[in-house]
Amino acid sequence: MRKRGASCSPTAGFTFSNERTMAIMRFWSSTRLTASDVGEDAEEIPAQSALVPADSVAGRSLVIVIAIMTFLAALAANVAILVADASVEWRSDIAREATVQVRPVAGRDLEADVRQAADAMRRTPGVLEARVYAKSESEALLAPWLGEGLDLSELPTPRMIVLKLDPDNRADLDRLRMELERAVPSAVLDDHHVFIERLGDMARAAVAISALVFILILGAMAVAVASATRAAVATNREIVEVLHIVGAADSFIAREFQRRFMALGFRGALIGGGGALAFFALAQFISQQWRATGGGDQMEAMFGAFTIGWSGFIVIVLLAGGVALLTGYLSQFIVLRHLQQLG
Amino acid sequence: MLTFENVGLRYGVGAETLRDVNFQIAPRSFQFLTGPSGAGKTTLMRLIIMALRPTRGLINIFGKDTAALTNEEIAETRRGIGVVFQDFRLLDHLTLYENVALPLRVLGREESTYRSEVTELLRWVGLGERAHAFPTILSGGEKQRAAIARALISQPKLLLADEPTGNVDPTLGRRILRLFIELHKSGTAVVIATHDLTLMDQYEEARRLVLADGRLHIFE
Repeated sequence: MRKRGASCSPTAGFTFSNERTMAIMRFWSSTRLTASDVGEDAEEIPAQSALVPADSVAGRSLVIVIAIMTFLAALAANVAILVADASVEWRSDIAREATVQVRPVAGRDLEADVRQAADAMRRTPGVLEARVYAKSESEALLAPWLGEGLDLSELPTPRMIVLKLDPDNRADLDRLRMELERAVPSAVLDDHHVFIERLGDMARAAVAISALVFILILGAMAVAVASATRAAVATNREIVEVLHIVGAADSFIAREFQRRFMALGFRGALIGGGGALAFFALAQFISQQWRATGGGDQMEAMFGAFTIGWSGFIVIVLLAGGVALLTGYLSQFIVLRHLQQLG
Repeated sequence: MLTFENVGLRYGVGAETLRDVNFQIAPRSFQFLTGPSGAGKTTLMRLIIMALRPTRGLINIFGKDTAALTNEEIAETRRGIGVVFQDFRLLDHLTLYENVALPLRVLGREESTYRSEVTELLRWVGLGERAHAFPTILSGGEKQRAAIARALISQPKLLLADEPTGNVDPTLGRRILRLFIELHKSGTAVVIATHDLTLMDQYEEARRLVLADGRLHIFE
């Protein structure tokens, strides 16, 4: 028994006051405990367990919900980016072109009007090229509406001149219009601004809808996390009580829940974000394989090459990190508020 | 150290469970809190640890009016009180070492700074080889000793024990009482809630606080 007492010297790291140490020593050294009961040396102490047990939180369900929400949010964010990028491309392509339509007018030589209009356009600064569509080419443009195999030579079909504009030295369209009117009164210049505005509106609407979907997804995820946190606090009510009684502050308890939920959020975000990265990599691969087909061309026209690029990948990584942080801090906030209400 | 002045407590709209409770606990004092089952011993203990708020009256702990304390201040005040529950309240998913270390962990101390303290205390309560065991596999006596170690690890100024011998055999009960007496002699104020008259007879110098019909009677 003296041996046990000797191993508990004040220098052994036990920082109770000497008087208290001696009190405990006096007490236990008077018991009949054997050396094996008491234990000579503690084994190596393992890493500390989490105060909120893993199995007390509906972890698996929450990870699945977070993974799905992260995937959908990444999808919504990247579709918005793809549409916005594609619309910029569409508008810039269209803005680099303008069309002159020369209408046949009784008493005027159409071919001469076309030549005159093309010459006037070529002389105007900012016009790189003025390509005159031959009569057969102009008629071919009507084929999708009027059908194949019709003889259109008797119809007064207008003639087209396609202008390629210099993007670095923008042509003055008002001046262009005046020049054209002076040279050929029956010619009309179409700078496609109505179409460009419609495209812009459509792209903005698509981006706004994607942003709304993105916000709704994050909102739904926040509700799921809040619900899981409240359930976890209810399940761990006894642990919370014991922590309170041993002197834990509300902030300490909330941090313990935050740690648990942030880990779950991180796992869910990793799965969802990884899934989104895989999805876009696969979509990019498939779009490359389909590029030469009709459907592929349509897809490319809508979304470009379906390449989200580095910015898209960075968005997914940031989103996944944000989801993990949101999960953790939201749970901390909810636990803190719950404990303050209890207090 | 602890003062109750005209404290009353009522659950819901029923009669008062505690009425006009007045008493003081001095530093380095030792008292048994006793009374028949249902007299309100546990309720009084819960008032002391601020797990309940009185319906009326004043409770002053370590010089602070508990009614005016914020949640953070309540947590800080509780750190000066060690509590041993009748049902131990050990956390089953933590090892004994982690359970005993809990009051130091909530203080934000690094594990390496208290490892030797906890190990040493576990050894001295006879649980040195059980440090890695989980409470679910321990006997009632072992759980009781672990609960006592947890209450003592942060060197509280006031130790509360609710029926500390209720779940152990008489021999261990006597040993536990001797430990409390030793702690009292070393400077800790001790309050033991019990209805075990034999236990109280073993330390006749102790003050007796008797709860009956919601009122507290003090026998010095």
